[in-house]
Amino acid sequence: MSQNVGVVGLYVHDQDEALGFYVGKLGFAVHTDVKNGDYRWLTITCPEQPDFQLGLFAPQPPTIDEASAQALRELVAKGAMPPLVLVVDDCQAAFERFRAAGVEFTQEPVARYGSVDASFRDPSGNGWKLIQQR
Amino acid sequence: MLRRLLRARDRMDAASHEEWPVERLASVSGVSEAHFARAFKQAFGAPPHRYLLTRRIERASTLLRDTDLAIIDVAFDTGWNSLGTFGRTFRDITGESPSELRARSRAEGHALTQVPHCFVRAAQRPDLKTAVSEKRRRAAGHREDRDATEGTEGS
Repeated sequence: MSQNVGVVGLYVHDQDEALGFYVGKLGFAVHTDVKNGDYRWLTITCPEQPDFQLGLFAPQPPTIDEASAQALRELVAKGAMPPLVLVVDDCQAAFERFRAAGVEFTQEPVARYGSVDASFRDPSGNGWKLIQQR
Repeated sequence: MLRRLLRARDRMDAASHEEWPVERLASVSGVSEAHFARAFKQAFGAPPHRYLLTRRIERASTLLRDTDLAIIDVAFDTGWNSLGTFGRTFRDITGESPSELRARSRAEGHALTQVPHCFVRAAQRPDLKTAVSEKRRRAAGHREDRDATEGTEGS
């Protein structure tokens, strides 16, 4: 018997913008990009983690009503969504690579608790922690 | 708009010890000064100066708990210009003084994680209420008294 997490979704303000960020700047790869009318199922993967898909979803009708979609877009923009962690073998190197690509860092690398961590946001406002593997 | 306000909040988070007048925050977020404070409060539930205060107190509490920095250094490191203002504000907000928080969090920390070690270490800690030389002199005098007493008892 096996049990794995296959997809976890993020709400993003604009899927094209998110694609440019996660694929163009962070080095993710597109897994699935399918449109059905206005709805777009868009998932990406880390090259080293092909079985786990990160969904980049727009809060929008018809999956949710417009008022809820608006509230979600605001929550994302206010940085109120749950934490996300990207694990790397070298936080400083990743920080420099990402920053050169134009990623918005909210905290530069700090060595503490036996590791090194930094923080950045995606264009929508989702906050990521960039943590060095121990 | 909200995303740009978040950018201003992120900048305060990253450097809460710095001064963040509204004009600086407004320029970070590209919003007019007149609009900024109201928009910020609407988005995050507190005006920017109060938000900054909560971050400073949070950071000061962490430094009090996790470091041995003198309280005056904690005050200056977290953005206050005066120890008195820091102490008053801290007490007003948290209900206890910086030194009380430090003492309490250490006691609780030990209680949670290492009670036995704490007691063992406390029992072994040298008692240095007086100068080492004075303590040494007294101990020597005490030993002489005891020797004399024992001598008496033995006879």
